[in-house]
Amino acid sequence: MPFSLLKYGLNKDYPFEQNADLPAPSALKSHYDVVIIGGGGHGVATAYYLAKYHGITNVAVLEKGYLGGGNTARNTAVIRSNYLTSEGVKFYSESVKLFQGLSNEFDFNIMYSRRGQLTLAHSDAAVRGFRQRTEVNKHFGGKTELIDPQQIRELVPTLNMNPADQPVLAGLWHIDGATARHDAVAWGYAKGATQRGVELHQLTEVTGVTVEQGKVTGVETNRGKVSCGCVVQAVAGMSSVVAAMAGIRMPITTYPLQAMVTQPVKPFLDPLVSSPALHCYVQQTGRGELVFGGGSDPYPLYSTRSTMDLKESLLAHAVELFPFMANMRLMRQWGGLTDMTSDYSPIMGLSPVDNYYLDAGWGTWGFKSTPICGKTMAELVATGKVPELIEPFAMSRFDTFRQVNEMGATAASH
Amino acid sequence: MKIINCPLNGPRNSSEFVHGGELREMPDPNNCTDREWAEYVFYSDNQIGVITEWWLHAPSGYWFIAERHTGSDEILRTYDPSEIFTKRVEFSAKAESSQSEEITA
Ligand SMILES: Cc1cc2nc3c(=O)[nH]c(=O)nc-3n(C[C@H](O)[C@H](O)[C@H](O)COP(=O)(O)OP(=O)(O)OC[C@H]3O[C@@H](n4cnc5c(N)ncnc54)[C@H](O)[C@@H]3O)c2cc1C
Repeated sequence: MPFSLLKYGLNKDYPFEQNADLPAPSALKSHYDVVIIGGGGHGVATAYYLAKYHGITNVAVLEKGYLGGGNTARNTAVIRSNYLTSEGVKFYSESVKLFQGLSNEFDFNIMYSRRGQLTLAHSDAAVRGFRQRTEVNKHFGGKTELIDPQQIRELVPTLNMNPADQPVLAGLWHIDGATARHDAVAWGYAKGATQRGVELHQLTEVTGVTVEQGKVTGVETNRGKVSCGCVVQAVAGMSSVVAAMAGIRMPITTYPLQAMVTQPVKPFLDPLVSSPALHCYVQQTGRGELVFGGGSDPYPLYSTRSTMDLKESLLAHAVELFPFMANMRLMRQWGGLTDMTSDYSPIMGLSPVDNYYLDAGWGTWGFKSTPICGKTMAELVATGKVPELIEPFAMSRFDTFRQVNEMGATAASH
Repeated sequence: MKIINCPLNGPRNSSEFVHGGELREMPDPNNCTDREWAEYVFYSDNQIGVITEWWLHAPSGYWFIAERHTGSDEILRTYDPSEIFTKRVEFSAKAESSQSEEITA
């Protein structure tokens, strides 16, 4: 809990926070040391750590829409580190740790809530996979256990233990599983960055990238040209489109990912519950709504429309897990553009263009990594050296066939 | 549900189809570099606009080609692959020289 909240609680007057807002928009300067393309969580987190840890403040975050209006606003806010590979677990555990301290660091409540995440196994193969993940987690920093059906019943008494005739055999119980308010994460980073001198330019779309002799020297925007020392690209679903402006081709395909939420009901579900076999996960928000999500759409598309097909298939499975939900009403639905890689791991670090850094391939799982992405990308920009934690995620891994396969630990859990 | 016009079976629900990825030229597997092969297998243009791509009508096992706009999702045309592929593409990987041979050699 941020300490200022306590102060507000004891205050007789309506609490007034100075500098509550972001600075008013200003003209673009002609030069920045660092241009960050994309004002989502990743972009503003990178700016924040550049200013905070490296004293680099001649930085512009260029956002074509509004702050955090991309996937940062659209995700279902699952935070976890129970991945399959040692590279993945090490990386995501660091992020979970950073998340736990963010409210205090920002002095702004991001509503971080540790609930635990329960993933269900409906087959022997899945149980074997869970055993492996439990062991890898124990070694590399995640808190994860394999639990039996009785323990699952105790954790989630409302769960149907035989959904769609696929009995629940075991569960992967990830104690660190959590959620947070995604918008607050973007606002907290943006506020911290701008207070330290970073400029955030909303409604500023990058339309071209200038590369001279293999090195990036500037960007073109709808508000004019800007020269810069280096560029960090963090544009999620638009990764291939923006990279192409710099002449870079990426191993990414963009798919829509949809999610939806019901009317609010009394609290009954504490953990986040997911079933990879049923392509579905369910969680209850602090307001009582149930959030549902599943896998990406079946074919690539740059559109955030919602479809009836997805609602039908996703809800059919959700109702199998919690049959009484059949009587509830859906309240909202939405979609985002996810930048999928074939191994379900991100692409971070250097690119074929000098001083042009990539933070992409975040697909359906990149909200949880927002803090550690910001921190490692800032270190990369400031030192020019790829931090050890993100070395395995270099784009060049595809050229050497060294993928970091997280598909099994990601597909329907995010 | 979205309807896709299968060149073999006519208009069908999109749930009967499986997306097969952008059409791209296969480099010669025997002579290309690892980088070229990776480019073919993993990389893609992934731009907004009309693309030419593979689709499979799963119930009949029939592969065909579609021209689709990746922004509006409008399918402009679907057609049989024979329009592009006039002869069969042979795919024979070079036989790796096995270790035992090397040892006896
Ligand atoms: C429905 C859904 C559910 C998800 N659930 C989870 C989850 O539970 N847990 C999890 O960890 N992850 C989840 N994700 C994934 C997660 O949301 C993303 O990986 C993450 O938010 C990416 O953050 P970002 O800052 O890189 O991208 P974004 O927040 O998308 O920011 C990128 C920004 O770049 C801007 N931009 C694009 N092109 C340009 C341009 N040319 N010039 C200037 N700006 C540009 C966009 O407007 C956008 O604001 C989910 C995603 C979706 C869609």
